[in-house]
Amino acid sequence: MIGSNGDDIVRDISLRIDPGQSVAVIGRSGAGKTTLLRLLNGLAEPRSGTVVIDGIPLRGSGLAERRRSIGTILQAPALFPHRTVFENVATVPRLLGWPDERIRRASEELLERLDIPFARFAGRFPRSLSGGEQQRVGIARAMVAAPPLLLCDEPFSALDPIVRRDLQDAFVALRDGGNVTLLFVTHDVAEALRVAQRIVLIEDGAIVADLPAGDFVRSAHPLIRRFLDAARIPEAS
Amino acid sequence: MSDLTAEIVHATAQHLLIVGAAMLVATSAGIPIGIACIRNPRSGRVVLRVIDMIQTIPSLALFGFLIPLPLIGGIGIRTAIVALILYSLLPVVRNTVTGIAGVDPLIREAATALGMTERQRLVRIDLPLALPSIFGGIRIATVIAIGVATIAAAVGGGGLGTLIFRGVAMVDSTRILAGALPAAALAVAADLLFGALERLAARRLGV
Repeated sequence: MIGSNGDDIVRDISLRIDPGQSVAVIGRSGAGKTTLLRLLNGLAEPRSGTVVIDGIPLRGSGLAERRRSIGTILQAPALFPHRTVFENVATVPRLLGWPDERIRRASEELLERLDIPFARFAGRFPRSLSGGEQQRVGIARAMVAAPPLLLCDEPFSALDPIVRRDLQDAFVALRDGGNVTLLFVTHDVAEALRVAQRIVLIEDGAIVADLPAGDFVRSAHPLIRRFLDAARIPEAS
Repeated sequence: MSDLTAEIVHATAQHLLIVGAAMLVATSAGIPIGIACIRNPRSGRVVLRVIDMIQTIPSLALFGFLIPLPLIGGIGIRTAIVALILYSLLPVVRNTVTGIAGVDPLIREAATALGMTERQRLVRIDLPLALPSIFGGIRIATVIAIGVATIAAAVGGGGLGTLIFRGVAMVDSTRILAGALPAAALAVAADLLFGALERLAARRLGV
């Protein structure tokens, strides 16, 4: 549950996400999607209201430790340029103190599933990777320690349509493989419908609609229709 | 002539000792000061301003100011080293600040989002990425210190300046050159060495 009011960017947001649920947050640029996501991993602090994850309010001390079980994937992969692909992916497991063998195994397995052959890529530096490859490594870095909560902020929006589609599929497959709670921010309705069962539409920092995906595509709400029309998704009968 | 050669060797060694000792202290103090400046931007600005002002004191005057001071002053090598430390601080501190401030905010945010504490981010992300800039600061500081150290002879600090001052007093340009040429060579060598480190660190980062 998130409650936040009095904030300039998002206000009166109240949202409850059940474990294992996948929720897409859509909205126009500047609607407050990114702010909402930043509130959820403590990168932004609500002026009032609380963010509660697993029954524990997210604030103050121990925030860094708690973030290790929240996977965050941002639009820019922001890989660490001085670290190899493997070292980037190993970031969270190292913070968690995993033994080397386990780190290697988990990294290798996940990178392979994301179509990044470990043997060829592990020792390379991010600058030698394409945008799509970098984002795959970014996804692996966020997911390698199997965080129960995954926050994504338009992770595929900077990629070309084909790579984008590939990555969406790989991402959905990964998500389905574990019992992950997902909050996925995007301005692309088609992408939202592909990754989530529930769609939350925000506008001017407030929730306008919160519907199961099936109801969302049938909705007559004018703003929803505009989103769907823009994505050329015809009204379901 | 072999007397002069022995003198040059001795003075060069002394010069290196003064500069080396000063740089060791300036670096090991300057990097933490730079980090502290980044963490507390308001007092950081004051600190940078003070270090900036030290830099503007003419070197001969700074040596002069130090002479009457107890413990750090007096006549001799200690005063020379203290003055050089004060001069070398600015480039090291400033470049540490610039280097860390120049780290891509998205990369810092990613580190935080992944669960690094401030300290972990500093050690694993900020400092390694600031390394080319920090090496640049050490390079500039060392080159300046090698030059300024020649003036240390005025306060009995020894080094290559001894030869230059004596040469000036005796109107003996051979002697002046005997001090000036090795000093210039040391400066060039330091410039090349730290420049190479700077490039090496930068290349590793792909910038």
